[in-house]
Order: sequence, then structure tokens, then C-alpha cells
Amino acid sequence: MSLLLEIENLSKSFGSVRANHSISLTVARGEIVALLGENGAGKSTLVKSVFGLVKPDSGTIRVNGKEVALGDTAGAIASGVGMVHQHFQLVPVMTVTENLVLGDEPVNTGFIKMRQARKEAKDLSERYGLHVDPDSVIEDLPVGMAQRVEILKALRRDVKLLILDEPTAVLTPQETDELLRVLKNLATKGVGILFITHKLREVMAVADRVVVLRNGKHVGSTSPKESNESKLAQMMVGREVVLQVNKSPAKPGNIALSVSGLRVLDDRRLEAVKDLSFEVHAGEILGIAGVEGNGQRELVEAICGMRNRTGGTVRLQGKVLPNLNPREAHRSGMAHIPEDREKHGLVSTYSVSDNLVLNTFDEEPFAHGWIRDLASVAANGEKLVKEFDIRTPSISLAAASLSGGNKQKAVVARELSQNKPVVIAAQPTRGVDVGSIEFIYNQLISARDRGAAILLVSAELDEVLSLSDRIAVIYGGKIVATYESAYADRNQIGRLMAGLSV
Amino acid sequence: MKIQNRHFIALFALIIFTFSYSQNGLVTTSVVYTAIQFALPLALAAMVGVLCERTGVVNIGIEGTMLISAFSAFFIGAIVQDTFVGLIAGVVTGVVVGLLLAVMAVTWKMDQIIAGVIINIMAAGLTSFLYSQNYSIPSTLSPIDLPIVGTWPIIGPILSFHGPITYFGIVFIIGLWFALYRTRWGLRSRAVGEHPSSADTAGVSVTKLRYLNVTIAGAVGGLAGSYLALEAVGIFERGFTAGKGFTALAIMIFGRWNPLGALAAAIFFGLAQAVTNQLMIDEVVQIPQQFINMLPYVLTILILAISAGKVRPPAAEGIPYEKEKV
Repeated sequence: MSLLLEIENLSKSFGSVRANHSISLTVARGEIVALLGENGAGKSTLVKSVFGLVKPDSGTIRVNGKEVALGDTAGAIASGVGMVHQHFQLVPVMTVTENLVLGDEPVNTGFIKMRQARKEAKDLSERYGLHVDPDSVIEDLPVGMAQRVEILKALRRDVKLLILDEPTAVLTPQETDELLRVLKNLATKGVGILFITHKLREVMAVADRVVVLRNGKHVGSTSPKESNESKLAQMMVGREVVLQVNKSPAKPGNIALSVSGLRVLDDRRLEAVKDLSFEVHAGEILGIAGVEGNGQRELVEAICGMRNRTGGTVRLQGKVLPNLNPREAHRSGMAHIPEDREKHGLVSTYSVSDNLVLNTFDEEPFAHGWIRDLASVAANGEKLVKEFDIRTPSISLAAASLSGGNKQKAVVARELSQNKPVVIAAQPTRGVDVGSIEFIYNQLISARDRGAAILLVSAELDEVLSLSDRIAVIYGGKIVATYESAYADRNQIGRLMAGLSV
Repeated sequence: MKIQNRHFIALFALIIFTFSYSQNGLVTTSVVYTAIQFALPLALAAMVGVLCERTGVVNIGIEGTMLISAFSAFFIGAIVQDTFVGLIAGVVTGVVVGLLLAVMAVTWKMDQIIAGVIINIMAAGLTSFLYSQNYSIPSTLSPIDLPIVGTWPIIGPILSFHGPITYFGIVFIIGLWFALYRTRWGLRSRAVGEHPSSADTAGVSVTKLRYLNVTIAGAVGGLAGSYLALEAVGIFERGFTAGKGFTALAIMIFGRWNPLGALAAAIFFGLAQAVTNQLMIDEVVQIPQQFINMLPYVLTILILAISAGKVRPPAAEGIPYEKEKV
């Protein structure tokens, strides 16, 4: 095997933060290398350097033995590097075809040969079995489809080295397996693959070699054969991590939250939740498993008062709730860990301590009448920062300065510290590092143990499986099956999530 | 729904035109002819906005670009005593202003509104300071009598006998529409204006394309300014552009950032003004001149109020592109 990619002593700092510290790495032809590390370990910076999106401070990158200019995307593409980005690099208002050909368009004296471009798009998607309609506009496509376009875009450029930045975050288990098969297939054709992931299972399944980064440094390199999941996790975090959730059996009490016949429209005024019913008892976790875009978001928003229902009832401890606004929903006894913490969970320019009282700032003891009690806000901040291990130099710093995992811990701290009878947790560990995930899991379980009813909505099947006491599978806006978690079968649920019958 | 509205408006205009023509053919065609003259500088100026904003750069310096270009077109034309040299000077000035905006907005990543304000203030200051009386250009750019078309009834007197910048401008606008939606340059420009990082990751240089388009836009702004000084009136006064550059922004929005849409919106503006002028001359309505002068501004406000919120600007408009924030 000859070396396709050689990175030598690559360093990059952003201000005072050292994202990459003298990292060296190689990828051979036909080799699949997994890049593993916590959030903020410098994985994204490293692969972006290879693709020329980030200009490293020092170091060399060679592709196919030839040194490439640093920070030159066009040069990287020309030398055969392709990248599938974590945040899709697709123009939302343009069609699949237009996105596929962008940057390398079939032209006749400057005019785009649209018919040929369309045919190319079609051929490409057929050749790799990644089906997608060439005329669809990107913003109308579900996430999984958009990702296909993203992968096709890279494949179209005849890549020698394919970089994937957390490609499986939005896929079903089946789609993930499919993607891993596509990757393996590409590798047998001599393509070198470098992919970033948090998911140890994928690493074990597909990687030839695993490279682990921590705090911007290369801390080790191993292969799945010589290692196992818990060893890898330990390398990532630098200490032992308990991946298996330890929880006692649930002691379900009365029904705390009951939803029946719920109907909700999405942003396009189409029915996203169709006649959906479930119940959550006090002291249990009900996990909703499903591929994103099957009505989970609308379901959560309708319960938490962010979206009006068009039909059905929601009962909280037996009391029927009308269409509420988020504030009324919170007052009536619901805690909400929102899916998008940046948009709905935090005000990033406010201080950490203010964010921790974002929905209670005007209640005792944080305010007396019209006047805020800043001392008790600060005391609350100090207490929660300690209790929930939110790592920040000061509670008066803006929330924007926290890392992703710590932002999420701040949201979790605020919502769970209020001891509300019902907790709605939507994607509670999205984009969060392994260490924080462990912590958030334990917090959710202890909230359950004190008697809260928890509705967990997550696109991570493993998360739903390990946390929930009962599991409901959502597909096309309906609950298609419910399992006691003891009897839940991973494959069966995966099939249901994909809309297949068992 | 939108298409139906558009068709309805066109039909309505046609009925009015036919009725009016049956009453007085000569005056009717001359009103439409005048409307085109009013519309052209607005349409060209709107193209400056379309070119810039489609690639994600907000340009509120159109007014200043036109003013300073009109100034240099007129005075250089007057000093050299050659109108054509003046035209070239006007366009070159526009290019320079365009480059200045590109440097501020793209390289320095300045707030683009402030960059535009700088251009406007600079233009107003420089042209007032350097202005002097007693200059005149030898002649305005002479109108062209279109062959064949010029002899047609109705259409002839409307379309023929405009100046060279007018004809060039109309061809340019149609060409720009075609280029924006059919060529590689157009696809890339729109991608850069909507989602610059996807263009960047596809190997399209956001910086280069923004520079190119803002500079071309500058040239077009120069042309619009030159039109006012050399083709429409043949003089230069302080504050000569009278807010046309800002009206053009409203026209661009009304035309949904589409060259043809903006052209149609500009013609609507021109018609409104030409009709009002004619009504004044005929003494059909007796409105003080000040109200007539208000018309473009009132229309601008109305149009913005009607179309605000219904249109969707290029998503990356006004945001300097930071490569490392992908």
C-alpha cells in the first residue's frame, strides 16, 4: 500500500486555543482511517486543513507524494481530495443537479449544459445506488437525502481521498450500515477514506486503523482488532468511561403526561404528526426512536407550547392543557431540553448565570416584584455550575464562550434543577462529547428516580435503547410500535424506523 | 397566483394604453417614450444592486457611484470637449468606486452598510467641492433612429430615437438575466450569494467572484451616472442623482433580485412619472409641482411596504465570508 495522504507536524491555533498541535498522520490507498476524539479535540480542524478550508500555521500536507499548498481548497480538490461536511455544503434554494455540478459544471462557452448535467447527476446516483431526484430543491429534501447529495458531490469529483465529517449523525441504523458498505466498497477500489465519528460501533465495524486525538494532540493510533470500545473511549477521554448506563428498574407511578390523538402541522402546513397517542408515567423514561424528520420535532414543540396543535389533547397529571405558549407550558409543570440549544436553549450573549434562570428570572427567589435579585441569581449559578460540572472560568462569562458539551450541561442543569413533574428531552446529547454524555445520562436517570416523567426523543438509537424504560418507534408522524425496553430488539426497531414491517 | 397577478396587471395596462391611444395617439406614444427615459437609469442602477447582492454584497452606495460617475463623465467630457471620452471616464470612475466597495466589503470585511454610506458621503462631498460652473459638453449622446423598427406604427415612436446608453442598457439587462440563470458564472454567483461556504468547498473562490461582480456593478453604476449627465440632460448639478440610487434598491427588491423583474418595476416607475407629468402639462390635474417631485419617493415607500416580507433576499447578503467558520 502506498501512502495517499501524509500529514506532518501540522499545527493550528485559533487565538490562544491550540486546535492542532504538531499532528502527523497518514492514510494509505484503500485504507479506512477513523479519526476519533471528543468535541473540541481538533478533528474538524485537522480534516479542514487537509481540504484547504483552514490554513494551518505550520506543517506539511502531501497528497500522492506531492506537497499541496496550505489553505487552498481548489488545489486540494484538484489533487483528488473530496469532503463530506458535517454541516451540509449545499445551496438550499438550488436543485440537486445544480448543487452537484457547482464548481465543475459541464459548459459550452460559459453556458451550462443543463441536460448533460442532469444526466450526470442521474447516472452518478444510479452508479453508487444513492437514489435521489436530480430536480428536487435541496431545502425540500429530508436530511438523509441531502446527505446523499453531499456524498455524491464528493464522488463526482473522482476522489482519491474521501473525508467525511461525522457522516452518520443523521442516519438510521440501516442507512448507516448502507453508508459503511459504500465506504468499504470505495476502499476496495483504492480510495483512501478518513472519517470523523463519535460512534465507537462504527469505528469497530469499518475502520482499518483508528487515530485518536485529545486536546489537539495525537494521543494514539490503534486498530479495531487490537482494541475494543471501552479502550477507545478511554483513549478519547483520558480516563475510564462507563458507556453502559447503570440504572435500577423503573418504579412507574401515575400517568404524568398523556397525549391522545395529537395532530400537528409542520412549517410547510403539512400534517407532520398524525393522530399520535402515548402516555408517560411518573418515574419512567419513554424513549421515542425514529429517524429525524418523522414528526419528532413537531411533536415536542406541540407539547412544549412552541407550536399549535390542530387536534388531539395533551393531559398533564390528568389536567387537559389547551394550546399554550412556552412560558405557560413551563409554568404548568414542564421542563424542556430543546433539540437546538443554540436557538432555543440559551441566549449566547447572556452570562452563564442568567442563562441558568432564563425561565425563572422573574420568580422568587430570583426576583422580588419588579426587581431582580442578582445575588441569588449568582448563588444559583455557582451552585448549578458545581453540581452539574459546567466547566467555565466564571459564571459571568457569556454562554457563547462555553464548549458544546458545557452549553448542553447548562441547559440540562437549568431544566432539571427545577424539579418539574414532566421533562421533555429532545436530542439531549447531540454534538456532545463522551464525557458529558455520560454525565447527562446520569442526570436524566436521577431525575427519573426522583419521580419525574421523562419523554426522551433522540435520533440515536443506542441512546434510546440504553436510557429508556419503554420505547416507542415513530415513523411518518405515527407511533408504529411500543416496546418494554427489556424486550426491545435493535434490528427490529431499526426496520420499523425505516418504515419497513417487522 | 403571482403569475395571474402579473398577467392581470399587464392586461390592465394594455387596456389603458389602447383607450388612451384611441383618444390621442401622439401624446400616448410620447408618454411611453418618456417613461422609458425615466425608467432606464433606475433599471441600470437596480442592476448594480442585483449584481452585488446576488453574490452577497449589499450595495447602498449606488447613489454615490452614480453621482460621482456623472460628475467625472460631465467634467472630463467638457474639458476634453468630447462626449464619448466623458462616457469612458464615467464608466472608469464607476469601476474605481466598485473596487473601493469590494476592498471595504470583501477584503476588510467592513459592515457593508457603512461601506455604502462612505461611498455616498464621499461622492456628495467630492462632487460639491470640485463643482464649478461655466462648463459644458459639446453635445449630448445623439439618439439613434432604429432601422425598420423605427417605421412601425405605435412601436416605432416608442422604441426608436433613444440614446445609445438606453439601447445598450436594455440589451445588457436581458443579457444579465440570461447569464444569471444559464451560465457557469451565474450559477456560481448565485451560490456565493446564497451559501458561500458551499461554493468555497466546491472550489469556487468567493473572494474573486465577489470582487469581479462588485466591480462590474461599479461599471454599470458608472454607466447609469453617465446616462444622466451625457444622454438624458447634458448638464451636471450638485446632488444631481436625487435619490435615484436608493429608488433603484426598492426597484431591485420589487423585482425580486431578478434583472427582468427589476426592469419591469423600473418601467412601472417611469410610467407613473411620465403619466403624471403629462396630466400636469394638460392641466387635467392641478397639483403643486412639489407633489409631482415627491412621486418617486412616495412610490418607493409604497412599493417597499407592499413587497416587504413577501420577497426572499439572497441568504448570504451583507455577511462577509469567513473561510474558517465553515
